[in-house]
Amino acid sequence: MTNKIKPGQSESAASRRTFLKGGLAAGGAIVAGATAARSATPDKAITEPHEWAQTLGEGVDARPYGTPSEFEKHVVRRNVSWLTATPESSVNFTPLHELDGIITPNGLCFERHHAGIAVVDPAKHRLMINGLVDKPLVFTMDDLKRFPRVNKVFFLECAANSGMEWRGAQLNGCQFTHGMVHNVMYTGVPLKYLLEEAGIKSSAKWLMPEGADASGMTRSVPLFKALDDCLVAFAMNGEALRPEQGYPLRLVVPGWEGNMWVKWLRRIEVGDQPWHAREETSKYTDLMENGKARRFTWEMDCKSVITNPSPQAPLKHTQGQTVITGVAWSGRGTIKRVDVTIDGGKNWHTARLDGPSLDKSLHRFYFDFNWDGKPLLMQSRAIDSTGYVQPTKNELRKARGTNSIYHNNGIQTWHVRENGAVENVEIS
Amino acid sequence: MSKSLKAICAVAATTLLLGISAANAGKYNLGRKALPEEIKAWNTDVRPDGQGLPKGQGKVSDGETIYNEQCAACHGDFGEGKDRWPVLVGGKDTLKSDDPVKTIGSYWPYTSTIFDYVRRSMPFGNAQSLSANETYALTAYLLYMNEIIDDEKFVLSDKNFTSVRLPNEKNFTKDVRPDTPTQAQQKPCMKNCKTEVKITGRARVLDVTPDAKKE
Ligand code: HEC
Repeated sequence: MTNKIKPGQSESAASRRTFLKGGLAAGGAIVAGATAARSATPDKAITEPHEWAQTLGEGVDARPYGTPSEFEKHVVRRNVSWLTATPESSVNFTPLHELDGIITPNGLCFERHHAGIAVVDPAKHRLMINGLVDKPLVFTMDDLKRFPRVNKVFFLECAANSGMEWRGAQLNGCQFTHGMVHNVMYTGVPLKYLLEEAGIKSSAKWLMPEGADASGMTRSVPLFKALDDCLVAFAMNGEALRPEQGYPLRLVVPGWEGNMWVKWLRRIEVGDQPWHAREETSKYTDLMENGKARRFTWEMDCKSVITNPSPQAPLKHTQGQTVITGVAWSGRGTIKRVDVTIDGGKNWHTARLDGPSLDKSLHRFYFDFNWDGKPLLMQSRAIDSTGYVQPTKNELRKARGTNSIYHNNGIQTWHVRENGAVENVEIS
Repeated sequence: MSKSLKAICAVAATTLLLGISAANAGKYNLGRKALPEEIKAWNTDVRPDGQGLPKGQGKVSDGETIYNEQCAACHGDFGEGKDRWPVLVGGKDTLKSDDPVKTIGSYWPYTSTIFDYVRRSMPFGNAQSLSANETYALTAYLLYMNEIIDDEKFVLSDKNFTSVRLPNEKNFTKDVRPDTPTQAQQKPCMKNCKTEVKITGRARVLDVTPDAKKE
């Protein structure tokens, strides 16, 4: 923290932090605040003066680039360290249970790197287009910013999101089970403008975007997708891309698996065949039960998850008016409907979609109900604009086995106990 | 808008765009022509048909020397993978098991991927430092360790590269999704869908969630 806390403030800040921790502890559902609300004695939060109501706060120079409140320190991306050998070739997860609406703040967008975060000087960054083109071209960042640009909101989901759950419930928290997704407004140039500028030869069918980092990430992208809706983006949520999201330039491949959205984009080769790069052979191919593997499984299918309550965000009350909320998305269009069950799928209720409904973007849903205080088995089931229905995990296992790693979009179950604690479970 | 109307509009829009692209290539006049030296510096990718292979060659035994110096610290002397670093060898006949081990020998479809990937991404932390000959030698050694090549004196080169095929090449299929019932095939049930519900699995049993105790 850059701000200084005055002596009088530190005490209340510290006690507030302990309070928050208590609230987070699974099982510690009834917290001081809730009791105070029903108390007969006057609430000291009202009757006693607060430091912040009497003394001056920091001036405008204290936080030239604003950061969240110190009481929100626990809202961070988290890593599952046993997953990988080293943090430079690893992944961390978006804290979905701490977010609302549909936009993911830039600093909370999950990260997946294959050779760490490249620090690229934009003045020395170039984008080359070569291969089956009339005129191979080189662009500077300044050149790219002279093309007509567009703003579009898209989700980005790693193909391995929920990959640890194929064999059964493993991780307690939607951050870990579903946190390899984020939703951002990108500003960038439609890739087709750049390709038109170079002139695509008639034999061209595939593109190979390449990253400037030390993994030199490459994937094969079919030309039809590039001409349809791919962007070369330099901004996210209104500001320059974050280094960990590919600053200064990344590819946006709407609705398709995150690995294809090559970061630190430095080159696009145009060809007539796919390249079969390591990330589309050794990785990002879906191994089926019969030993065969599906390749080029690009689209991220329709999926949803209840983010609150969830294991990291238990209920803090034990009955009465309750909000269930979550997110739903589809790589094939918009979300038409989300159904929620609280009795393990005996009965379903159509949830309320709120906020913008955008193509290949997260959608926010709510189910407001009066909780009778009995244990709940909660699930959400999304249906997209193509009529695709989010399958159960067992339906997926029946079709694919449990070795696929990738593309697990099965229905998630959370078990809520009487005390508000929540656990990741599977049900019959 | 009706579905069919939407489809027609989409087709019309695509045709229009392609039309523009053909007529007005280079209409913004931005960027400059890439020089041959510049393309050569970055254009190192290699395809299964051998496109992109640089001239050169490397022997299995030379590959072994380089591997021991630059790769074994992470991937292990026999490609078995130290600690949690990736395994590069083995896994034969495991793809249908509960513990599939995916390696060059057991899973990868194309030899070109080894050359392309090692040259662009390895050694981890000192990428894009291997010469073409070193990469041929390492590729040959990785093939040897995976029992694709059995002759220690084998020399892999741009001339014979495409003749070395990997055993699992035929086991890759295309995407056949959706492979679960859609709304058209099965209307989602809303009321009285089941009589009984049992919990069949719990995350707590495994207890592998990070920070689970701390919070
Ligand atoms: C410092 C540790 C380290 C060293 C040294 C190293 N590697 Fe790697 N290797 C890795 C990591 C980490 C990955 C996975 C990277 C990723 O994509 O996140 C990897 C991946 C690979 C893969 C792909 C494995 C698969 O199944 O997809 C191959 C092949 C490989 N390395 C070969 C080599 C060769 C050849 C060398 C020596 C020139 C080498 N490595 C040196 C750490 C290392």
